Amino acid sequence: MSTVSSPVRGAAVRTTATPPPAPRRRGPGRGWRVTPWLFLAAPLGLLVLFTYVPVANMVWYSFTSWNGMAPVKEPVGLENYQRIFTDPDMFSVFLVSLYYLAGAFLQLGLALYFATILSFRTRARNFFKGIIFFPYLINGVAIGLVFLFFLRPGGTLDALLALVGVAEPPQWLGNPDLANVSLASTSVWRYMGLNFVLFLGAIQSIPHELYEAADLDGATSWQKFRYIIAPGIKQVIGLTTILAISGSLAVFEIPWIMTGGANGTTTFVIQTVQQAFEFKKFGLASAMAVVLLLIVLLITWIQRRIFPDEKVDLT
Amino acid sequence: MSTTTLPGRTGPVERTVLRLRHGVRALHPLLGPVATTAKYASLVVACAAAIIPLVTVFMAAFKTKEEFATTDPLTPPTTWTNLDNFVTAFTQGGMVQGFVNTSIILVVALVGTIVIGTMTAYAVDRFDFRGRRLVMGAFLLATLVPAVTTQVATFQVVNGLGLFNTRWAAIVLFTGTDIISIYIFLQFMRGISRSLDEAAMLDGANRLTIYARIIFPLLRPAIATVVIVKGIAIYNEYYIPFLYMPSRDLGVVSTSLFRFMGPFGAQWEIISAGAVLVIVPTLVAFLLLQRQIYSGLTSGATK
Repeated sequence: MSTVSSPVRGAAVRTTATPPPAPRRRGPGRGWRVTPWLFLAAPLGLLVLFTYVPVANMVWYSFTSWNGMAPVKEPVGLENYQRIFTDPDMFSVFLVSLYYLAGAFLQLGLALYFATILSFRTRARNFFKGIIFFPYLINGVAIGLVFLFFLRPGGTLDALLALVGVAEPPQWLGNPDLANVSLASTSVWRYMGLNFVLFLGAIQSIPHELYEAADLDGATSWQKFRYIIAPGIKQVIGLTTILAISGSLAVFEIPWIMTGGANGTTTFVIQTVQQAFEFKKFGLASAMAVVLLLIVLLITWIQRRIFPDEKVDLT
Repeated sequence: MSTTTLPGRTGPVERTVLRLRHGVRALHPLLGPVATTAKYASLVVACAAAIIPLVTVFMAAFKTKEEFATTDPLTPPTTWTNLDNFVTAFTQGGMVQGFVNTSIILVVALVGTIVIGTMTAYAVDRFDFRGRRLVMGAFLLATLVPAVTTQVATFQVVNGLGLFNTRWAAIVLFTGTDIISIYIFLQFMRGISRSLDEAAMLDGANRLTIYARIIFPLLRPAIATVVIVKGIAIYNEYYIPFLYMPSRDLGVVSTSLFRFMGPFGAQWEIISAGAVLVIVPTLVAFLLLQRQIYSGLTSGATK
């Protein structure tokens, strides 16, 4: 209500209040300088405390052999970093990321395919959209248990395979050659829906006239994809690709819940958590976290170079 | 169109190509139904892949122990009224505790996120002050730091504050490290006309009043988006409660469900019931809020 009446009153105040501005200015003027900081105090405090202080500490710890409790943090120079890149046990976890990376590209491909076909006229579109998307919303632990049930010996997958005559299926999680493939597939199942919805949203925001013009020209679906959809969603594809790559390096939940890192399924983050909280090697774990952080920053930087943001919101 | 681009000089290769293209053209009306069938077939396969793992768990949750041991995962339970597994999951599995703790954390962290996010957005969008770009930069840079990487050191901060093994650890981390919400508020606030602020200011309202009485109510749609997106994220979060709240009494939905794997070892019918209990609220929320969830995720993910 006040918003309705205020412009009129505001105008009245303005005319009468103009004569004595000089003495009144100083008071509110000084107040103004501090006011934004009053609003920002809590947010900035939390930001510094839970993002910047940890990052700074992490870098510091990474040059020490700290065990997480001792009052002294013994400096060891670059020893931790050396170990990460020379110790084969440490280094092999990077290779596990490759399974998830491959999974991520499969996931993007599937998401793009389903987003494209659902952007054309389709019966029961919302039904299909909802079902393909829903897995993304499910609790990660529940997904882990659902897929433990699905993949366990005599589980759903084996029962399905028995229907088509496969009598002796492999151990999907017990066999070290297959475990990472199974876990990466679970990850695809979980995250594909998000990419799909993002792609679909981007495709649907392409102006409709373009499709109509293409229809008049007799363009095929493939041509519409190639010349209208693909260029139109380049930005989103770039962003999701980068998120997929950095995501595949930071995989934690699915392998942790489903195998606990057994059978060669330890990922970089699982390794970091174990080094820190089980073996109390905070120095080494911090160095690993710093390495991961640098890789993610590098990937993000590359992304910004390749796909410069069209609508930069720095202000 | 492609045929016209070929030059008049037609060699054998070009002629074959031409013939092939004509062939494809001629096939086009026929290809239509084939393509349509392939399209729907792929959609049905995708839906089956999405649903089958969930449906079999749902069926297992209604089976008795003997029934589970003797039947195939694809066989439906003989009765859909056997709720024993759910009762066990609730009482012995600590799911009651889990839902209570998750609800407490959810409510407090959401209120905190909204207050923090709207205040930040208000300060950054409506004030012109020295250091504004620096503040924006600090928030922007923080989006690049993946939270999983810093937990090793965040743990020390949380521990140092005496929050380890309290609900506050999760609340404070959910509130203090959510930069996406700030962006959602900021984007929305840019669309709110400044003339409202100015009018109120001339009316003698101070900045706090403007924030609380004018800006905050107008941000309601953005608040709804943040509540939905963030609410789902908190409900699903496993890593933070797992690291910071190991005590059994402090189990949230995720960590309580995770603990099913120990005591219920091979009792898959009970584990299934637990998983179903966790999935059903998500399903209900999704069915009720579909449109808001889609648009919220899109605005959150593209920052």
